[in-house]
Amino acid sequence: MNEYLQSTVPLLVERFGLDTYEFRDQISLIVPAPQIIEVCLVLRDEFKFEMLAAQSAVDYWPQQEPRFHIIYQLYSLEKNVRLGLRVPLDGNAPSMASLEVVYPNANWHEREIWDMFGIRFEGHSDLRRILMPYDWEGHPLRKDYPLGYEEVAFSFNREEVDRRKPYAKE
Amino acid sequence: MGVEQKLGNMGAVTLKLEQVVNWARTNAMWPMLFGLACCAIEMMSAQASNYDMSRFGMELMRASPRQSDLMIVAGRVSRKMAPVLRRLYDQMPDPKWVIAMGDCASCGGVFNNYAIVQGVDEIVPVDVYVAGCPPRPEALIHGILVLHEKVRSEKVKDWS
Repeated sequence: MNEYLQSTVPLLVERFGLDTYEFRDQISLIVPAPQIIEVCLVLRDEFKFEMLAAQSAVDYWPQQEPRFHIIYQLYSLEKNVRLGLRVPLDGNAPSMASLEVVYPNANWHEREIWDMFGIRFEGHSDLRRILMPYDWEGHPLRKDYPLGYEEVAFSFNREEVDRRKPYAKE
Repeated sequence: MGVEQKLGNMGAVTLKLEQVVNWARTNAMWPMLFGLACCAIEMMSAQASNYDMSRFGMELMRASPRQSDLMIVAGRVSRKMAPVLRRLYDQMPDPKWVIAMGDCASCGGVFNNYAIVQGVDEIVPVDVYVAGCPPRPEALIHGILVLHEKVRSEKVKDWS
């Protein structure tokens, strides 16, 4: 692990009572959802993590409970260090605070997470879909979302598939 | 050319209206730019110097649907793009034709999922399908020549 992280991570763990998660020498802090703004403010202002490099989510359904993890990748330009944060979130009407007040670029990331996973961000200034059409139903990157594919036509079932295909009129 | 020997000294040729109109339509067919993915690269290549689509009177790609009469749908069409594609098709003046270039535009190709339209024929009527992923420029030019054949055989009674 990086020297800077070696000195800062224990401080943070002690101060906020957090858990850590380590995978192949990369360390992530596990932050409860209500604490995220507080932790990020401290990271930005005291520990020089000035940049939100990425924000995303993972759906662990059905293996894990709670189902969602929101993942933040913070980057310190001054120290050239990256730190990951993970926020576990329950699957029933998932919602958490928007990080827009700390890092303004969270705006689009959170719109994408809302679009793809249906996780609401309270206090977000403009929570619309960003990738899918506005009238789209459902959130496609959830593991229980149907793939929605069409049956593949072979010579034996071509006519049957063709009959169901919605051809355009002139 | 040889044609002047058949003219006599009158300077006039007699032809069927169908033939003249269809000849004019095929030899100055202006395609609309509709590059959506990697097929567009092959489409550009078909127009560039090596393959030179202008041999068939088609060097002029129009960025405006109002000036074009052929839409080459080159690439996958996402569900979000579908209404845009239909709108552009509706803005093209008659007569108009559509070539679905490549597997994605023809049937969805490898993208058999919720986000991609499974064949552009769900949105607009397609005249010629060109297979390939992506099709080589020769394949696209062949598709266009097939379309020319189709246009040449159109009848006056079918014009609306």
